[in-house]
Formats: sequence, C-alpha cells, structure tokens
Amino acid sequence: MIVANRKPFEEIVELIKPYKKIVLLGCNECVTVCAVGGAKEVEVLASELRMYREKEGQPIEIKEHVPERNCDPEYVEPLGAIIADAEAVLSMACGCGIQFVGEHYIEKSVLPAVNTTFDGVTMEHGVWSERCLGCGNCILDKTLGVCPVTRCAKSIFNGPCGGSHDGKCEVNAETPCAWQLIVDRYKERNMLDKYLEIQPVKNWSTAHHGGPRTRVREDLKL
Amino acid sequence: MRLTYPTNVKIVKVPCTGRVDIIHMLKAFEQGADGVYLAGCLEGECHFLRGNLRAKQRVAHVKELLNECGVGGDRIAMYNLSSAQGQRFAEIAREMTEKVRGLGPNPAKNGKTGEKK
Repeated sequence: MIVANRKPFEEIVELIKPYKKIVLLGCNECVTVCAVGGAKEVEVLASELRMYREKEGQPIEIKEHVPERNCDPEYVEPLGAIIADAEAVLSMACGCGIQFVGEHYIEKSVLPAVNTTFDGVTMEHGVWSERCLGCGNCILDKTLGVCPVTRCAKSIFNGPCGGSHDGKCEVNAETPCAWQLIVDRYKERNMLDKYLEIQPVKNWSTAHHGGPRTRVREDLKL
Repeated sequence: MRLTYPTNVKIVKVPCTGRVDIIHMLKAFEQGADGVYLAGCLEGECHFLRGNLRAKQRVAHVKELLNECGVGGDRIAMYNLSSAQGQRFAEIAREMTEKVRGLGPNPAKNGKTGEKK
C-alpha cells in the first residue's frame, strides 16, 4: 500500500488560510489502511480545523467526503458536484489522488494535507515499513525476497557494504542491513554459491530515472 | 452514599472506555464542552482486557490534537477508578471542574453553550 504521513497542523492551517468553505477529501484505499486519510482521519482533521478557525474568529465550513478511490476516473468524476461550491479542496489522499483530482478540476486548488512517503507493508498495528521503490525491474528472485533497491540505503546490488555492522545499517542503527538479510537467507537455503554471482550494473531507465512511467494494455481500452 | 458532585458534569455512558474514540472526544469540544474526562476501570481490571489502556493512549493522542488546534490538551484527562469508589468519583468530578474552571471557557466555543462532560 501507499503510506503517507499527515502534514504538520500549522502547515495545513497555512494552506487553507484564505478559504472559508472547503471540501476535505479522504480516500478509502491505502491511506485508510495506513490510518492517515480514511474516514476517521478526515473527521478528526475537520474537527481540529473547525475548532482552530473558530478560536481564531475565522470560522470555516468543511464538507467531508471519502470516495472509494481518488486514482480512478469513475470515482473522481462524480466529485464535481461535491466540490462545486467549495473554494478549495484539501485532500488526505496520496500524491496520486491529489494530482488526479486536481487534473479533473483545474479551476480548484487541490491542496495536500499529507506527505506521501513510501510503498510499504503493515508490520503491526500502527507500524508501517517501506518495501518497494517501483524500480520497474524486479530482482526479488535473485535476492530471495529481500529488495536491496529499497531496503539498502545505497541500493547496491552486490552487498553488503562496509557500513553493515552487526546486521544493522550505518545510516540507522535500527534498520536491518538488507544484504545481511539476503546473505542469511542464502545460508539458510544452502545457496551461498548464488551469492557469489556478480550482479551487473542495474539499468535504472525502467525506474523513475527514465522519467514518469505509463502502462498501456491495448486489449483493455474501451 | 448520597455523595454530591458538581452539576456541570454531564455523564455519557459507554460499555467500556475502550469504546471511546478520538472523534467522540473532539466532538464534545467542538460542540462546546470546556473539559472532558474519561472515567475508566482500574488498570489491569478491564473486563474487556485492554479497553482502559486503549482509552489512555487515545486520550494522550487527543491531548496532542487539542494542543495543535489551540484548545489546550489540559482540558482532557483520563482517570481510573472502580465502580465501588463512589467517593473517588465525586472527588474527581470536583477536581476536574476546578481544573477546567481555572483554564477558562473552551476557546473554540464562540457562543455555543458549553457543557462539561
């Protein structure tokens, strides 16, 4: 899922300062699962903002809405009627959703209330961890399910580097060294000979380095 | 026991403090309450095992939210007492009332009728 963090309250307050009537959008997908922009979080932020503006003597009208997704036209197109009379839209969806709503309603300011952070997994209730950078050329078969692109701070392909100490990364003592994890798995599966194979230099053109990516499936087009 | 406690305290009954969500506490303030406190069972004595501990974490979070939006985190508190501690219940009601009275009216109230819950 896409994991995000809510922006600091002061920053959100500044973003909506000029407006008296806004729509606060959430999203029922990833940001709901990572507890940053679902129905609950939308309700809480709206309540906080209303109280703040009331205290400042500048009351604000906030309409709360949480569509199923913000990244598909079928859910974004019906938003027109909801945001029509709002001066701006504050969105707790991920960066994709915020942009997509903005693309559909260019006359409205669609403002981000969250910082979209990474693609990750839920480790336990309330803890999320990054797993994929979307590099466009998956090598998890070679590294036995541990992604060195994402989980190694240097994204190296023939590790570990000299910064690996007691299985931890020098960048952060709490972060496991991805290459230590990979080597441990090679050992567990008696595949250390595979580890000795030198991986070639990665072609990063499939990643974002090659510019924004688009995927087309001609057979699905209507 | 015929104990008395301040009449401004309005009780909202829930099956367990674990039922109280962040938004319930915020809504009380938004609707004009000057202070809110949760009276949960003693720690370790929750019938639902962790309800009062969850409430404690949520109250701590709401404190941060109230500080953020300028209402003030001191206006919310969590207390733990057993159903046999009527005396303590009245004492807490007085304690919280005095504390909130000292803090003054909820700054986000703006004309709404305030009720302490």
